[in-house]
Amino acid sequence: MSPLRRFLLAPEAIAGAIILVALFAMALTASLFFPGDPQAIAGPALLPPFQDWSLPLGTDRLGRDVLAELFHGARTSLVVGLAAAAAALAVGAIVGTLAGFAGGLVDEVLMRITDAFQTVPSFLLALAFVSVVGPSLGVVVTAIALGAWTGPARVARAEVLSIRERDFVAGARVIGMHPLEIAFREVLPNALPAVLALSSVIVAAAILTEAALSFLGLGDPNRVTWGGMIAEGRAVLRTAPFLSIIPGVALVLTVLGVYLAGEGVVETTAVRRSLS
Amino acid sequence: MSSPLLAVSGLTKRYRRGGKTIAAVDDISFHIEPGETLALAGPSGSGKSTIARLVLRLIEPDAGHIEFEGGDFLSLNGAALRARRARLQMVFQDPLAAFNPRAMVARVLDDPLRTHGVASRPERTRRIAALLERVGLSADLAARAIHEVSGGQRQRIAIARAIATKPSLIVLDEAVSALDVSVRRQILQLLLDLQRQERIAYLFISHDLGVISAIAHRVVILDAGRVAESGNARAVIGAPQSAIGKALVAAAPKLNRTSQGAADRQ
Repeated sequence: MSPLRRFLLAPEAIAGAIILVALFAMALTASLFFPGDPQAIAGPALLPPFQDWSLPLGTDRLGRDVLAELFHGARTSLVVGLAAAAAALAVGAIVGTLAGFAGGLVDEVLMRITDAFQTVPSFLLALAFVSVVGPSLGVVVTAIALGAWTGPARVARAEVLSIRERDFVAGARVIGMHPLEIAFREVLPNALPAVLALSSVIVAAAILTEAALSFLGLGDPNRVTWGGMIAEGRAVLRTAPFLSIIPGVALVLTVLGVYLAGEGVVETTAVRRSLS
Repeated sequence: MSSPLLAVSGLTKRYRRGGKTIAAVDDISFHIEPGETLALAGPSGSGKSTIARLVLRLIEPDAGHIEFEGGDFLSLNGAALRARRARLQMVFQDPLAAFNPRAMVARVLDDPLRTHGVASRPERTRRIAALLERVGLSADLAARAIHEVSGGQRQRIAIARAIATKPSLIVLDEAVSALDVSVRRQILQLLLDLQRQERIAYLFISHDLGVISAIAHRVVILDAGRVAESGNARAVIGAPQSAIGKALVAAAPKLNRTSQGAADRQ
């Protein structure tokens, strides 16, 4: 049975994939359905959902279209989540490979740095970094990656420690291959599946961290974010709870979708690996 | 007077286990002449593979000297060592574990060529096809993944990889032990042909005295990291002097027939 078919036979993986596809569709069509600035005023303030079909999810305190904000917010969540996870996985894989393959002093130094990052709560780290450098999309991505690369680094190091003892690595040394080439061309690709298995958890955590930063007003001020929308709605939580509930539900579904689809992929590839 | 190709003297490697120090290789000396096959025989744990790894600088000895092609091999480091490795190659026991599981046959053979400065891609492609034909395989095999070819073919590819950089010495660590009998015979014949044509010396590590008497000129029998006895392969195997030599010979029932085969060869 092919991995794709096994993936399609797992109901939770399908559910995750459907949510993710919907999310990507929202992000990609945001400027198609809602051209112009989603932060522009579109109607009367605090219009409840399902009253006016030109504004299906109503408006917020300033009369901005909630549905437009939701679409544009999907874009921010995905960009930040994926970029931060990609950066964290790349940095983690490289640091872990270098530490595990070089051993000795290099290993000690790199792993003590990893320890240092891991002992600081990652959200605090992101908070401090954004407050110092100032909020923009790149800074938020960096701030989240800063707290997320240690997990992949540890997994990569553990994999590399076992792979580097295998005959084919000795074979590459006998050939006279440069140690860096052995580390990154022979060892790292074989360690990668275990590292990538972390990606769904990291993407989900990155999306949540981004929302939390935006909620505290430390997101990119020029972009709509779901966290920012929840923070906006907080002021009118009793009179217009939908303003917080709608982006909140979107956030929950997104994290759930990323996690389920990611687990599905890991599961199917894990079975394939144990079979081969 | 010609100096030996490889001269090992006083080679020692100790491991510490639970506070006790165990010498895996204890003051071993031997030499190999150009184009000669020296066999290292001995029971499991006698230090055969450790010697192979020491000679190849995969692990560092605690004491001793290794001279290779007239130069001090242990003093080489970094780029100089990597360049020298072209002349000293190895074939592993398990032909599957010896290759990156994701590699294609072409890449496995491309690595040594690229590493040792065959720059142009068309030239390397041509050399890869020639290497495959050299070890009796079809050049079409280059496009296959390493896990798609059979064990015997894989060991031929390992030999092709070892001869790619035109070495003067190849260490064969139990290189035919994992192969079935008919394939083993073909691989041994291939090794003998290569030796005759290219004057490659072999350090042949095996526990199988039948195979050793078929391929080796001289043999060193090891016991617990020390040399038990050494000398002409057929003389030692025909009339072992040491206790461990006698035990190994007694454990090899097919000895007579194979040594007959070695006699036919000459």
